[in-house]
Amino acid sequence: MDITLRVNGAACTGSPEARKTLADFLRDDLNLTGTHLGCEHGVCGACTVIVDGRAVRSCLMLAVQAAGSEVTTVEGLAPDGGLGTLQQAMWDSHSFQCGFCTPGFVMQAVAFLGDHPDADEQQIREALSGNICRCTGYQSIIDGVLLAAERNREH
Amino acid sequence: MKLPLVEYEAPKTVPEAVELLAEYQDEASVLAGGQSLIPLLALRLAHPAVLIDINGIAELSGVSAADGWVAIGAMTREYVAEESETIADAVPLLAAALPLIGHEAIRSRGTIGGSLAHADPAAELPAVARALDAEFVVCGPSGARVVPAAEWFEGYLTTSRRPDELLTEVRFPAAGRGTGISFQEVTRRHGDFAIVGLAASLTLSAGAISDARLAFAGLSDVPVRAGDAEDLLVGERPSAELFDEAARRATDDIDPPADLHGSAEYRRKVAAALVRRGLRAAADNAGERQ
Repeated sequence: MDITLRVNGAACTGSPEARKTLADFLRDDLNLTGTHLGCEHGVCGACTVIVDGRAVRSCLMLAVQAAGSEVTTVEGLAPDGGLGTLQQAMWDSHSFQCGFCTPGFVMQAVAFLGDHPDADEQQIREALSGNICRCTGYQSIIDGVLLAAERNREH
Repeated sequence: MKLPLVEYEAPKTVPEAVELLAEYQDEASVLAGGQSLIPLLALRLAHPAVLIDINGIAELSGVSAADGWVAIGAMTREYVAEESETIADAVPLLAAALPLIGHEAIRSRGTIGGSLAHADPAAELPAVARALDAEFVVCGPSGARVVPAAEWFEGYLTTSRRPDELLTEVRFPAAGRGTGISFQEVTRRHGDFAIVGLAASLTLSAGAISDARLAFAGLSDVPVRAGDAEDLLVGERPSAELFDEAARRATDDIDPPADLHGSAEYRRKVAAALVRRGLRAAADNAGERQ
């Protein structure tokens, strides 16, 4: 099926099979391999991207369902070579270990902080509860998101 | 895993969707939010010949209140319902259950009708619908019919929707003054399906209970009402002793499933504890809503 959508601000077209998930379309057809696939059935959160302003699991959405939508992936967060506020805050907080779950956490946190700039630690924990880190570095991930929220408020 | 080969249809209206369902019957799966169906496809637990995607049917989304009922379109996303002031005001039990469904990203896509048509007995919304005697509107080739919640849930992941029918709307009765609610659940991890869940609603009139509703999730292959306990409560004044007795009656003759997450005996104890907690919280809440 022919589809047109916007990904990271640019218009994209493609002809995915109906059964192709948005995650596979981003990775295989658009070469945006920053979106990671862990479980491929909606449990781990690694494939989280932002569709029309909401965090969604790109493995639980068909690519054809994204026709006409605005999709943001981890590649779309910062200008070439740079880091966004959240990414920098997570870097500074040592929020990454192996890095596999990172794109999902980052996209979920970006979407959440966008809607809840004054979120406290408990709310951030709740918002990130659907993302799994197998290195179990949760504390430093929370620290990074809290630091980003603080920096966002200062600007 | 990747999804199996499947045909795809995206009707724009309810009649178009019904026509496709009539054509494909059991070979079709209706795709709403996809948060349960797509994992079933990925795991090869479902293998329909065709997906009928109803995301493009605009008339299926929305929340409206009229004549003491709140009507929710089947494609209304869970996060939209979660943010709805109409639901918060008029169906507080549903509002209490919504944030407990999965995780934020799941509620971005998941829909009210999808969860209720999927009918997982451990999910939150079936218990709420059963507790409140919600009504299900389905459309088929010969028109619409309304199914009461007591007749909707037929078994594990099975409803009384016929293969050529589409769930279009779910109606919940609006809570009146003096109605207090509580949704309780015990899960292994935050956001998981409930090991046991309880939807509780109590209405107080002049200090006595005039209406009591208790529905469990996770205790059977369908959400179940605790009718004996409800009968005990009506006419009485809230007290710890009354709620203890209600917990006994609600769990005396249940036969909960046993699995890795808990034995039948454990589930029975959890269920009794949830009844006590849920009734206490609902009674307090009713006091606040006088």
